[in-house]
Amino acid sequence: MAVRERVGVFVCHCGRNIAATVDVKKVVEEISKHPYVVHAEDYKYMCSDPGQKLIYDAIKSKKLTAVVVAACSPTMHEETFRKVCEEAGLNRYKCEIANIREQCSWVHTDIEKATEKAIRIIRGAIEKVVKNRPLHKIELDIVRKCLVIGGGIAGIQAALDIANAGIPVILVEKSPTIGGHMAQLSETFPTLDCSQCILTPKMVEVARHPLIKLYTCSEVIEVSGYVGNFRVKILKRPRYVDEYKCTMCGDCADVCPVLVLNEFDRGLSLRKAIYIPFPQAVPAAYVIDPESCLGFNPIKCGKCKDVCEQEAIDFDMKEEIIEEEVGAIIVATGYGLYPKEKIGEYGYGRYEDVIDSLEFERLLSSTGPTGGEIRRPSDGKIPKRIAFIQCVGSRDENHLPYCSKICCMYTAKHAMLYKHRVPDGEAYVFYIDIRAAGKGYEEFIKRVQEEYGITYIRGRVSKIYEENGKLIVHGVDTLTGVPVKLEVDMVVLAMGMIPTGSIELAKKLKIPIDQYGFLQEVHPKLRPVESVSDGIYICGCAQGPKDISETVTQASAAASKAISLLTRPKLYREPLVAEVNEEICSGCGVCASICPYSAIEIVEGVARVNEILCAGCGTCSAACPSGAMQLRNIEDKTVLRMIKSMLG
Amino acid sequence: MKKLKLAIIPTGSCSGCDTSLVDAGETFVKALEYLDIVYWPIAMDLKVDSLLKAESIDILIVHGSIRTEEHEHLVKEAAKKAKYIVAYGSCTCFGGIPGLANLFFRDELLKKVYIETFSTVNPEEKIPGVTCEDERLKIPKLREWIHPLDEIVDVDLYVPGCPPPGEIVEKFLETIIAHAERGEPLPEKGTVLAGLKTVCDECPREKPDKIVVKKFVRISEAKEIDEKKCLLAQGIICMGPATRSGCDARCLKVNMPCRGCMGPSPEVVDMGAKLISMISSIVYADKEREVGEERLKKVVEEIVDPAGYFYRFTLPGSILGRTRRRRDKE
Repeated sequence: MAVRERVGVFVCHCGRNIAATVDVKKVVEEISKHPYVVHAEDYKYMCSDPGQKLIYDAIKSKKLTAVVVAACSPTMHEETFRKVCEEAGLNRYKCEIANIREQCSWVHTDIEKATEKAIRIIRGAIEKVVKNRPLHKIELDIVRKCLVIGGGIAGIQAALDIANAGIPVILVEKSPTIGGHMAQLSETFPTLDCSQCILTPKMVEVARHPLIKLYTCSEVIEVSGYVGNFRVKILKRPRYVDEYKCTMCGDCADVCPVLVLNEFDRGLSLRKAIYIPFPQAVPAAYVIDPESCLGFNPIKCGKCKDVCEQEAIDFDMKEEIIEEEVGAIIVATGYGLYPKEKIGEYGYGRYEDVIDSLEFERLLSSTGPTGGEIRRPSDGKIPKRIAFIQCVGSRDENHLPYCSKICCMYTAKHAMLYKHRVPDGEAYVFYIDIRAAGKGYEEFIKRVQEEYGITYIRGRVSKIYEENGKLIVHGVDTLTGVPVKLEVDMVVLAMGMIPTGSIELAKKLKIPIDQYGFLQEVHPKLRPVESVSDGIYICGCAQGPKDISETVTQASAAASKAISLLTRPKLYREPLVAEVNEEICSGCGVCASICPYSAIEIVEGVARVNEILCAGCGTCSAACPSGAMQLRNIEDKTVLRMIKSMLG
Repeated sequence: MKKLKLAIIPTGSCSGCDTSLVDAGETFVKALEYLDIVYWPIAMDLKVDSLLKAESIDILIVHGSIRTEEHEHLVKEAAKKAKYIVAYGSCTCFGGIPGLANLFFRDELLKKVYIETFSTVNPEEKIPGVTCEDERLKIPKLREWIHPLDEIVDVDLYVPGCPPPGEIVEKFLETIIAHAERGEPLPEKGTVLAGLKTVCDECPREKPDKIVVKKFVRISEAKEIDEKKCLLAQGIICMGPATRSGCDARCLKVNMPCRGCMGPSPEVVDMGAKLISMISSIVYADKEREVGEERLKKVVEEIVDPAGYFYRFTLPGSILGRTRRRRDKE
């Protein structure tokens, strides 16, 4: 060793958090005897300004070459103390934290033993800090562009926020139009705003925004790279209609001979093989559904092409793979409804008049199959008695254990809107609990119950069957304990929400999902829109069930995270990554085989670490049979020295 | 010309190391011109007294495991007057194959070998370390544990291998000749006469992009071996990635997996632990999670005699080996 290290040890009392269990004075006395230690002192709160000044002054006056702060967990104040060291002229990695709070004082009661342990922990940190090499952060360039996956309200909001900040956005949507589920809704709780009326201006803004590049009928198929520098491959399926030439005249659909169920209306109406999902679709262009269109065989059909004056229809359009580079990614892939078929006792599929909540939204919508009138699917009659069942699939151990959060509110809205449309009708709501936590939500429920006279029955429905053209709903009122048998004309099931597409996408993005398939945030409270992969953010129902206002809030949060990332001049990364000793490495390839971040490749017989991809997890170092792969500043030999010094 | 005084002490040895020296042929003969052999029981008719009474020894070569009290005694005595001590062969460098005996306590070993084995007839249950009746014959007592040589005396040079491969023996002898002839210094203390890299560096076999193993097979049980491809990638446990180079991958060239006789690379403290870590890392490396703990465990459990496999040459000097010995002391 060229320079004899001069270590300063600073022991924090943390009020009584540490000092009550660890004899701080004794720690200082003992650790002063350590051969490397030239300065040791204690202070009530080392993280306070005077505490930090102690460290600063000692570095200057005692010419310290390394600092150990014995205090709380490094996740709390490592940065604080490293900054002080930097200010005093030390490299930030010549400062180590000995955690004598979480790992010592908080978990012990015996003062003598805890004191001994604290001394040992500090001894370990001294061994490490003297071996630490001074390092500098790794500098990265940023591609100032953001990818937003999913064109529902979450994706739209995020895309607009980012584009409005002056950052180009690529918005990828699987279906032929953006808008997502919100476009299907009638009115929104609790204010009864018309959903399309508030959504479509935003959709148009997306379409017109010079900084937003929209890919519909598209999917992200491959993601590589890292924060600031992702490479994405987007599969763009053919629309068969040139979206720039199409004028939406509708002549094509008029002549199209094919009729299929309209998925936008959840199968409650029919559409042609060439269609627009709904009048305000963005991009404003027709699309051909290749599954049902006959025109791919020119002998069979081609009527639409014949009538299209714009010559916008092209049956020869091919799939394209588009490659884009972006600096950040926002995932907003939304939700789907739990498959109703799985709940056989409610007879969905057997009884036409048992429908799900989104189907009911379409019935309520003025652009829907009935023009906003409530008519039941079987015979088009107006249902005079209607039952709403909440928590279908949700909060059910056999199906979805979680609460889908929005069903209480939209069911109340459904019941209210039903009464608007059918004032003499009777509505019943079966519920387990009413969860109406939100601004104006509880008041809304109260209005529905009291002003609109909707009957709320607390209890689950056990089965539904048909008798004499009526649906019989069997349940129990758990408040009175009396079995309930209701004869109704129609039943609406408030289906639980499930994530869609997030599972496969999460694999491609290498971000974790929870047990149900929702995207996993880093911290539910403090980092709710960040994924564990730097530069990948999550929002909307892909992260968990939530209503529109919460979705928009989260989308804006994700956007602001992306903006704050993409507006930095440079990115910096911790240099504590894996490093290859090329003199030893013989390129056996074990490390490259197991690196979870694909950060290692074998080049000319030697492993090479991509410092930017490397997350410093240490998997390679553990597996490296020759010891050539080491984590910077946590080399095997350092760890062994630390263990020896602590146990010795 | 003043000749260098050389003593070669075989301890618990198979004599393969002696053979490897002789096998160096002309270089060995040339080296002999500069050497005055003080003690080398396998080659010269010199008794122990000539070693014990020698005034000084310039180069002391020890090979074999330090197994009996006599071994320890001889080595310690010789070391007192030796100027340069060479740990020759894997037994002295790391403990070697006999070092696997450290998996058992001495009494267990003796009982097994001298009393319990099927082919042994020993009605009086006599074991070494017991003086015979007429007191003419004294068998040295077995030490409790086998130690690498450097835990007994200070070692200057390590010549690993079981036995050390020709290229390395040649290099060793050349070093001695250069020292005797031209006064060039012998390698500095702690030098290991082998490559810095691992056997993979010298291995001509093709390495795949990814090594993923779904099942381990022993070489003797493998139905088919691709003669050009990495053995490890074919599920045959090969110590090559963890073993120091210098042998020219000779085992690999004849379709045998590396057994690790050259010992660990310089950055590795516990070779067996490293090997275990490596082997367990590559099992279903591509889909560990999908496969699940149970299945992974099964694959690993099928490895026959893992301690013997992974610690074949290095148990006594390993962390595991030392911990066991220390525990025993306490």
